[in-house]
Amino acid sequence: MTLEIFAYSFLQRALISGIAIALLCSVVGLFLVLRRYSLFGDAVAHSSFGGIALGLLLGIYPMWTAYVISIISALVITRIKQKFDISGEASVAVLLSSGIAIGLILISLSGGFSVDIFSFLFGSILLVSVEDTILILGLTGSILIVILLLYRELIYSTFNEEQAKVSGIPVEKINYLIVFIAGITVVTSIQLVGILLISALFVIPNVTAIMYGRSFKQTALLSICFAISAVIIGIIISYLIDITPSGAIVVLSLTIFGGTIGLKSLGLINRSKTLKKLLLSNHFVNNKGNI
Amino acid sequence: MKIVEIKNLTIEYPGVKAIDNVSFSIEENDFLGIIGPNGAGKSTLFSCMLGLNNQYDGSISFFGRNIRESKKYLKDIGYVPQKPIFEKNFPATVREVVRMGLRKKSDEKRVDKVLQDVWIHELSHKRIGELSGGQQQRVFIAKALVGDPKILILDEPVTGIDFQSTELFYGILQELNKNQNITIIWSSHDMDAVNRLANKVACLDKTLFFHGISDEFFNNEELVKKYSESSMQKHMHHHIES
Repeated sequence: MTLEIFAYSFLQRALISGIAIALLCSVVGLFLVLRRYSLFGDAVAHSSFGGIALGLLLGIYPMWTAYVISIISALVITRIKQKFDISGEASVAVLLSSGIAIGLILISLSGGFSVDIFSFLFGSILLVSVEDTILILGLTGSILIVILLLYRELIYSTFNEEQAKVSGIPVEKINYLIVFIAGITVVTSIQLVGILLISALFVIPNVTAIMYGRSFKQTALLSICFAISAVIIGIIISYLIDITPSGAIVVLSLTIFGGTIGLKSLGLINRSKTLKKLLLSNHFVNNKGNI
Repeated sequence: MKIVEIKNLTIEYPGVKAIDNVSFSIEENDFLGIIGPNGAGKSTLFSCMLGLNNQYDGSISFFGRNIRESKKYLKDIGYVPQKPIFEKNFPATVREVVRMGLRKKSDEKRVDKVLQDVWIHELSHKRIGELSGGQQQRVFIAKALVGDPKILILDEPVTGIDFQSTELFYGILQELNKNQNITIIWSSHDMDAVNRLANKVACLDKTLFFHGISDEFFNNEELVKKYSESSMQKHMHHHIES
């Protein structure tokens, strides 16, 4: 039964798209979490609600309007934050509430809530089309290439903005780039977990991985593993017992997080020993013993 | 050869001058100690020199070029801040932090060299947040050095660090200046340490009280006394005014 489900093309598409989105959210989310910008994903997702409502009102494919509105609002709020010295959390709150408010007005104008809106709010990964899957894979690949090319600039400006500036890194441009990438990632991820649960995908695997990982690369790798595991198992469970995939994915991520908290409170997580053991058992350690 | 030239530098915040008409120059391979009490303008001076603050009158030139014209000089600068601010749980090893200072990936071998130069090679796989304050400062020196700078700027780098780590830190600075010919610009509260290590001294207290050979200042008791009194008077005056 379990293997049979992989024969269904809609499940194949869901798993491929889900894995790509999990990978993307983990990597982009790690930068956001370390910049103390954890709720930024949530705020951009809420602003995309306005974009989706606008698309539905105008009869345009809602994801396109969501991309445009989310990216514009993320860049504008970052500009306002920098120019008027507004704190990160306050700017997130402004973005979050304004997106929902505008979305509600537009939905009212378009005749009220529909099934379409609910699929955007709570995700609909099992309904993802071939075109959507190609788009998700294309965007994931492009964003990961940009991150790899600008890895030093991104990690350095996340670690310490002032020192990065002194080293000649264009920190302001990098900040806009992160926001731009986060905007695209959020809208791409809406199909997996929906607007209301999006920040779980950005934050939970990363805060879990930070408790284990010693290096940045290790932490990113662990976060990706946690997120992908939650997505694969979540989609399969949701199909088998007929529950919503987004809820299952987030609850599984929370279970991994809760287990980690439990291990940590029992003193069983020691980055230097436990992780090396874990990775040794998975043959991740090279012959020199370097992770 | 002059590599840094500061002319008539004035920085004014609403109602108060942080630095008032300061001019001095720094020669290649100098070990310059900038002394002054809290609020003397040392960190403000550094933020202007590093291009982090452009709101000043006067001019600052590195290698004969005004820093307002080009930021290229920054590739020859290594900077160690007073207390580096970073997320305590930031998941980065010592090696990863040092590597952030690399300008070319091909310079990877330099990472090992600088880690050895500052005596932290054995800590290279530790997470940065697990290190003591003294060890962290050595990591930040290594990060500043890995880009192969001509000038190292250090803003009160041993604040809050124990005696042993401070002495080790000073030893590393001397070695860098003498054997690797790196020009050092270092601000400190500790007049004894500046007297011991620096060949040049600049006494700053919003204005420049003295700039020149370290021995000429510290061996002149009258001058040291006058500086201490002037500095104390200024601060008493500032305290009463505020």
